[in-house]
Amino acid sequence: MQAASTGSSRSRLSKLLPVAAGLVLAALPWFVSPYQQDLIAKILVYALFALSLELLVGTTGLVSLGHAAFFGIGAYVTVLASPQGAPASIVWLVPLAMLAATAYALFVGALSLRTRGVYFIMVTLAFAQMAYFVFHDTKLGGGTDGIFMYVRPVLGAGGAVWLDLEDKRHFYYLALGALALTYALLALLLRSRFGHALVGIRLNEQRMRAAGFRTYGYKLAAFVIAGAFAGLAGFLVAVKDAAVNPELLSWHESGAVLLMIILGGLGHLRGAFIGAFAFTLLKEFFQSESLLGPLASHWQMTLGFTIIAFVAGLPKGLIGAGQMLRQRRRAPVREAADE
Amino acid sequence: MRLFPRTLAAMVALCAACLSHAQGSAPIKVGLMLPYTGTYASLGNMIENGFKLYVQEQGGKLGGREIQYFKVDDESEPSKATDNVNKLIKRDQVDVIVGTVHSGVAMAMARVAKESKTLLIVPNAGAGAITGPACAPNIFRTSFTNWQPGYATGVIAGQKGYKRAMTITWNYAAGSEMVKGFTEAFEKSGGKVLKDLTVPFPNVEFQALLTEIAAQKPDVVFAFFAGGGAVKFVKDYAAAGLNKTIPLVGTGFLTDGTLEAQGATAQGLITSLHYADNLETPRNNAFRKNFALAYKTNADVYAVQGYDTAQLLAVGLNAVKGDLSKRDELVAAMRKATIDSPRGKFTMSASHNPVQDFYTREVKGNNNEARGIAVKALADPGAGCRM
Amino acid sequence: MDLATFLVQCLNAVQYGLLLFLVASGLTLIFGIMGVINLAHGSFYMLGAYLAFVLAPWFGQQFLLMLLIGVLLAALFGFVLEWIFFSYLYQREHLQQVLMTYALILVFEEARSLLVGNDVHGVQAPAWLSGSFALGDLMSYPVYRLFASAACIVVAILLYWVVNRTRLGMMIRAGASNRDMVRGLGIDITLLYRIVFAGGVALAALAGMIAAPLSSVYPGMGGSVLIICFVVVVIGGIGSITGALIASLLVGFVDTFGKVFYAEYSGIGVYLLMAIILIWRPEGLMKRGA
Repeated sequence: MQAASTGSSRSRLSKLLPVAAGLVLAALPWFVSPYQQDLIAKILVYALFALSLELLVGTTGLVSLGHAAFFGIGAYVTVLASPQGAPASIVWLVPLAMLAATAYALFVGALSLRTRGVYFIMVTLAFAQMAYFVFHDTKLGGGTDGIFMYVRPVLGAGGAVWLDLEDKRHFYYLALGALALTYALLALLLRSRFGHALVGIRLNEQRMRAAGFRTYGYKLAAFVIAGAFAGLAGFLVAVKDAAVNPELLSWHESGAVLLMIILGGLGHLRGAFIGAFAFTLLKEFFQSESLLGPLASHWQMTLGFTIIAFVAGLPKGLIGAGQMLRQRRRAPVREAADE
Repeated sequence: MRLFPRTLAAMVALCAACLSHAQGSAPIKVGLMLPYTGTYASLGNMIENGFKLYVQEQGGKLGGREIQYFKVDDESEPSKATDNVNKLIKRDQVDVIVGTVHSGVAMAMARVAKESKTLLIVPNAGAGAITGPACAPNIFRTSFTNWQPGYATGVIAGQKGYKRAMTITWNYAAGSEMVKGFTEAFEKSGGKVLKDLTVPFPNVEFQALLTEIAAQKPDVVFAFFAGGGAVKFVKDYAAAGLNKTIPLVGTGFLTDGTLEAQGATAQGLITSLHYADNLETPRNNAFRKNFALAYKTNADVYAVQGYDTAQLLAVGLNAVKGDLSKRDELVAAMRKATIDSPRGKFTMSASHNPVQDFYTREVKGNNNEARGIAVKALADPGAGCRM
Repeated sequence: MDLATFLVQCLNAVQYGLLLFLVASGLTLIFGIMGVINLAHGSFYMLGAYLAFVLAPWFGQQFLLMLLIGVLLAALFGFVLEWIFFSYLYQREHLQQVLMTYALILVFEEARSLLVGNDVHGVQAPAWLSGSFALGDLMSYPVYRLFASAACIVVAILLYWVVNRTRLGMMIRAGASNRDMVRGLGIDITLLYRIVFAGGVALAALAGMIAAPLSSVYPGMGGSVLIICFVVVVIGGIGSITGALIASLLVGFVDTFGKVFYAEYSGIGVYLLMAIILIWRPEGLMKRGA
């Protein structure tokens, strides 16, 4: 009896929580400073990026160390396609960026999914490095300095402009909207037959194949969808700074986003958001001189140790930690009964 | 319970932002965004020392107000540049930003400064765009445009009668712009550039390219490297035996601040720059003496540029008597300024870049000695600048 | 390109490839025998380079002695590191290994910054290796680069001898094939792993020490070597030292000639090579154990 009511109230809570979080975020710009608003906008963009990887790693079990390639390609295409004099329209710029990222994801996925395990990790890394060097060395981008966007895109029709991304607040809401939309889409996807198949592949691919599923096709689809949403995040990051740089495709970036989803908790969509939030705030915290004094300049070390402690101690991330705490709160009642 | 870590972290971040709101209205807040680590670290230090020397000579005040310094290490990383400069502008809320060495980083700084209208003075980075398409009334430069020293070196190479050249540099904005300047002047004098070789920044593995140079046998090699890379290149060039067979010329950065490390391998190298160590003028002599007294090391071009940055700022501040809110008058005064620099007097071009003489220099001992003026009052084209 | 230049470029390619082999052999051993993905392997290379920078003033002309001491110090460091950290990684999933060793890189970079600072340093080759000898009339080849190649070849032979002709090597190869059986035979597998790890670290550090006069010593030098090493290991086949040798030389050639002919695309060349080989042979050129 009791279990059932806690079960349904828990699932109601887990559905309400993202909505509540969304409302809080929507209200935030009125309460925080411009610097903080920019910081939260950055978190939202990286949360979207992490969400795309969560589909691949958390749901399907494909550990990719090259996800930043799609992020960076989305970003570069955004800047390259933006005209110098007048603002581009979001209506065609976003699909273009996502299309470019998707195309590369199709290419990389088709080839790398022929390998497994550790080899898969390495091949995805290699393909990301290829893309990195294209932008780092050739004339396509601006080399190590990157390229700049002179005018940010807008959303408008006729003469009217509804969303001008030069306005930081408009950008904030666009990022929030994109994140919410992606979250909803992925949640729906996971509930579908396709999503269940992905989970099945993660748990036991052999059994899925024996049951008649063409696992290669499912994995490729997941890879491509993940790439597409990473491209969307790339569009946002390009517009945010109006500048792109080859480091967006570096393996450091791929590593950072992996860290985010493991920090939040693998296997849960909200883990991506929590992880992005926690990671970015952790970095700000460790780099802040006013809080840590001289230790702030050695933030890499403090961050490194924290990551090690986290991965070692909390392999299920923050969500897992929360679950453990909740279980421990409930357990004492039963233990007393046993004794 | 699940929200606890996230909430705590959020609270902590908000507190951090509150605490860092700077107090005090009297001192002028100068943000120094320079490389304090990495291959350009020594350049960053020299620039800061030059700047502080001038302030010290003025009794610690510019325009009647004290200076409060905020420092950010840009690590010569363009990818972190936007975040780093925003720390100075939004978090520390500085009045003036001074920086930086790396052209890519400076480009990002210029873009952000243009948007936020913060006063920015660039003490080294020569990216053409900063006084080109990305120029702005609040952005000044006291060093050079990459094109300038490259062009002057090309003039020298042409005058020496060389006809076939190869270029080698790092693959980033500064390198390619200098090569462009060199090529323009060299081809104007009838020469031809056979091939442009590049190395990814800040890589210093030159072996394969040195072999290629030996194979192509040009009349002259033009190189741009700076800091640690310059030391390595000149030494490797000599180790490959090329210094005896193919003359090497470069912009002055190849031999500025690096001669002690390069030693015998750099002797006799011809470079062109807007400064030479032994310029026998009272201004330069006094500057070099004061610098050596204060910092126990000899000044170089980077120290001069840092020094002149403080001079330029002082000109503006004196004109408005320290009142930074009078931005238009400040900018107008800076634009009209004639700076009495250790390098010689220079003025500002319409795009806020120095119009200055470029010297021919030859390495002798531990000094770059002037051998004459290669080009007088060279202004950069400033193409694309609309102010 | 004339014959003389071609030969010199081949020499350059081989020298680069051999140094790469030194680092990659350590990585493939650790990877193949313990099954650990170690992203921090590049940091061991950096450790070697900084060791050379720190030790050089003390040893002066005794370069070989310095190399020996450096190798021993690095092996000791590797031994301790395995004991306090890596031994906990063997049972974990690949993803966790990736992340924990990535965090280790951050810690190492910061430790380096604290101990030696962030400047770029040059290391002088000893005087008896500093000359160049003339190749034709236009250029000379530095003696030190020949020494570097020679040293790598000596180490490669030593490695081959240890792995294929000694009891220790036999245990290593057995441990790679079947860990539990080896333990069942009474061999202390924990100590074995520790020795292998220390050996891997020593190899990488030796490569760093030899490379220091060639490429300068600078922060982040581990990162660039690491990725290329992973490519080498994957091309060669995880766990195969012969494979690592072949792959390193392949990579050396692609990189060197790529730089000369297609400067803009030379960076991509290596990864393209890896992609092609993996599509043809998904497990690398040589299978494990060769």
